[in-house]
Amino acid sequence: MNFIDNPGKLRGFEKNIKVEKVSRRSILKGLGITGGFVLAAPVMTRQAFAYETGAGNMPHGVVVDPRVFVAVAPDGTVTILAHRSEMGTGVRTSLPLIVAEEMEADWSKVKVEQAHGDEAKFGNQDTDGSRSTRHYLMPMRQIGASARIMLEQAAAKRWNVPATEVKAVNHEVVHSSSGRKLGFGELAADAAKESVPAVEGLKLKDRRDFRYLGKGQVSIVDLHDITTGKARYGADVRLPGMKYAVIARPPVTGGKLTSFDPDAALKVPGVEKVLKVQGWPWPSKFQPLGGVAVIARNTGAAIKGRDALKLVWDDGANGKYDSIAYRKELEEAARKPGLVVRQEGDADAALKTAAKVVTGEYYLPHLAHASMEPPVAVADVKGDKAEIWAPVQSPGGTREDVAKTLGIPEANVTVNVTLLGGGFGRKSKCDFALEAALLSKELGVPVKVQWTREDDLHHDFLHTVSVERIEAGLDKDGKVIAWRHRSVAPTIASTFAAGANHAASFELGMGLVDMPFEIANISCENPEAAAFTRIGWFRSVSNIPRAFAVQSMVGEIANATGRDQKETLLALIGSPRIVKPNVKDLWNYGEPYDSYPIDTARLRKVVELVAEKGEWGRQVPKGHGLGIAVHRSFVSYIATIVEVAVDEKGKLTVPRVDTAIDCGTYVNPERIASQIEGAAIMGLSLAKYGAVTFKDGKVEQKNFDDFQVIRMDESPAVTNVHIVPPGPDTPPSGVGEPGVPPFAPALMNAIFAATGKRIRALPIGKQLEA
Amino acid sequence: MIKVKINGQEQSWDGDPDLPLLWFLRDEAGLTGTKFGCGQALCGACTVIVDKEAVRSCITSINDVAGREVTTIEGLHPSGDHPVQKAWRQVNVPQCGFCQAGQIMQAAALLMDNPKPSHDQIREAMSGNICRCGCYQRIENAVHLASTGV
Repeated sequence: MNFIDNPGKLRGFEKNIKVEKVSRRSILKGLGITGGFVLAAPVMTRQAFAYETGAGNMPHGVVVDPRVFVAVAPDGTVTILAHRSEMGTGVRTSLPLIVAEEMEADWSKVKVEQAHGDEAKFGNQDTDGSRSTRHYLMPMRQIGASARIMLEQAAAKRWNVPATEVKAVNHEVVHSSSGRKLGFGELAADAAKESVPAVEGLKLKDRRDFRYLGKGQVSIVDLHDITTGKARYGADVRLPGMKYAVIARPPVTGGKLTSFDPDAALKVPGVEKVLKVQGWPWPSKFQPLGGVAVIARNTGAAIKGRDALKLVWDDGANGKYDSIAYRKELEEAARKPGLVVRQEGDADAALKTAAKVVTGEYYLPHLAHASMEPPVAVADVKGDKAEIWAPVQSPGGTREDVAKTLGIPEANVTVNVTLLGGGFGRKSKCDFALEAALLSKELGVPVKVQWTREDDLHHDFLHTVSVERIEAGLDKDGKVIAWRHRSVAPTIASTFAAGANHAASFELGMGLVDMPFEIANISCENPEAAAFTRIGWFRSVSNIPRAFAVQSMVGEIANATGRDQKETLLALIGSPRIVKPNVKDLWNYGEPYDSYPIDTARLRKVVELVAEKGEWGRQVPKGHGLGIAVHRSFVSYIATIVEVAVDEKGKLTVPRVDTAIDCGTYVNPERIASQIEGAAIMGLSLAKYGAVTFKDGKVEQKNFDDFQVIRMDESPAVTNVHIVPPGPDTPPSGVGEPGVPPFAPALMNAIFAATGKRIRALPIGKQLEA
Repeated sequence: MIKVKINGQEQSWDGDPDLPLLWFLRDEAGLTGTKFGCGQALCGACTVIVDKEAVRSCITSINDVAGREVTTIEGLHPSGDHPVQKAWRQVNVPQCGFCQAGQIMQAAALLMDNPKPSHDQIREAMSGNICRCGCYQRIENAVHLASTGV
């Protein structure tokens, strides 16, 4: 394989950003030079060819070796490593559960341990892109199967019988003809001496024999600790001699400190030191923004000390960023032709001859991740060694960046992954861990850097801001014959490369160029947009604005033609087929198109399932309305029906949500339900309130009073989740993110049904009160 | 010297009397079950029970609780089997879990005050506690379950 042509060797979402400008991952690795890899075991396999997914193309690929992931103790305890980060999806339980299933371990005798950041040893650890189950279902099964076979071989040797006569069953190996049994613990020492079976030809369990997979009966491993306060998040790490730090960062991204006066801060009881923190020039990738740190004996004193600092900043070039003016710029750009990124037929000509053109221009503002745990990290740097404890989605990337920032070898950096108090993409960016590392290096003691909520909102890697403009041309029978979609938004690539002003291919592939409708004339365009703040990935990324625009437009077409929303949607999806968009380098979430094509039969099926289970067309009370939307993202198919109620004063409530998801073969339906329930609430939050705005280059929102999120009293009364049973060969697909995109457009379509008002700009705010 | 009883144990503090109780608990007393989410009493992640009332420890100073009894998630029940905790596990409430200690303390305080709350009363009483993962449906069900006996 020629890695130069394979941008997949770059980390995750960055991988389609111009290679020469990304210094984050070693270009050496991008060239396929693997001399730096430390292989944990000589026979370890690290191949991509065995998988139907893109797992092998991720940085450091896949490791399949039971000796890396599984340990069996003489007392029978089976320890399984979780190498992905737990931020609420349940992955810390799901992946080890797959291993336990395949090796016939009894889950009650399994202990899960969190792997530290070491991709040479564990393979890729980036917990983002809704990839963990999709990429690791098969490798984890193979690891479990290998461990089972090693245990079986050890037993067969002990009994001097052919291995084919023994079988592992629920934590013991049995020889059925003689009735002999040996527990896993009794076989542990011998099994460790067995050679690891080749991955090719490994016999996996028949799925009819599954005890855990697909059942949803196993609770998350941290459940008891979470309910008793024992669960350890990043902020909960305490080391002897540790100091507490908060940092005053430049209020404008890319700004610099001009001068500061620490005197008043140093008089605050408990404050011990005030010092400058190194910042990196814009665009700063994941490097710290710089500023002034206040070091204290506890966080409360550090915050009070920071409040007393006198600071003068040079705001720099981004000081002119103004959200009201910028929206106008985006709108103007969307009204003119832009870079054509998908073209089929001649949409411009067809729009001119269409009997009717329906136009929708949609605006979606920046969003903050606002995970409940603000960024936080502990670092202990001694000489040329560093140990980090942090809630990071990307432990391998954090390790690389810490090493690079401190100028020490990666082997000298240990990254301990705590539980994450929410992530949503924010904690893929390790700036907070780098700050802690720099401060610990300077002070020579362990340091915890705690971000406040204000810090989190002011210095996030924000979800982009976008204008999506769609023009749909209809013939005289109301059939859509032309579709022109212009999507204009600052790109995530701008965080890595100065001047990047067009969407990266992974952004184009999230709901723009992969649009699945059966229309003869299609044009997708991406006009330029400059970035004036750090743009990052937020749960489901560009799918949020694209699904919003496309699925709102379906509602607009239904209204323009006087037809039912669902029937309009199915007519646009068209015949069951594999869509082959005329797009150069269709991203497809990094997955091979053969395994994960855009399959309109599956898209239609979730629409039909949600319509049936969600009782589409049911009578609703006056002031209520139903809306529907469907979207494919992270190679899963999801359809949502929202029932909304809007009272005379414009107050909005959501009595019921139904969502159907086809995520292929799945591990834990109970956690799928929890992800979808949560996605409805995150969707409602962004629809009703979500907006981060800038004035004079500064974020205007400060805390949860002006960056509001949905609370219990306004959350949907009920969200019903309907999971499509997988076919025997359907590969697994994403769950963590795909629930978000269809919610807001389904809500907009419901609001239109209830009130006749079409909301095209988010957040809803007071628009219904007018 | 400020004295306060935390989970039944006498603790003392001779530093800044304005120090928020949250940071005393977390950084000085090592009780990290109580979480920091906003610092402005907007999210409820830091909720503890003072005497019999749920309070936001991020805006309550250590001086405010002098001579009073503070209960944190660590002290809610010796083996973690308070009816609210048991209900939480039965319903599989948490996703990331970060806000859950605050949610549980708020729910425990609600049930002390109103042992059989209606669904509307649950939604109202729990609305000061944000869950960004969006576990509200399960929180509501768990509080209801706890009130009817687990």
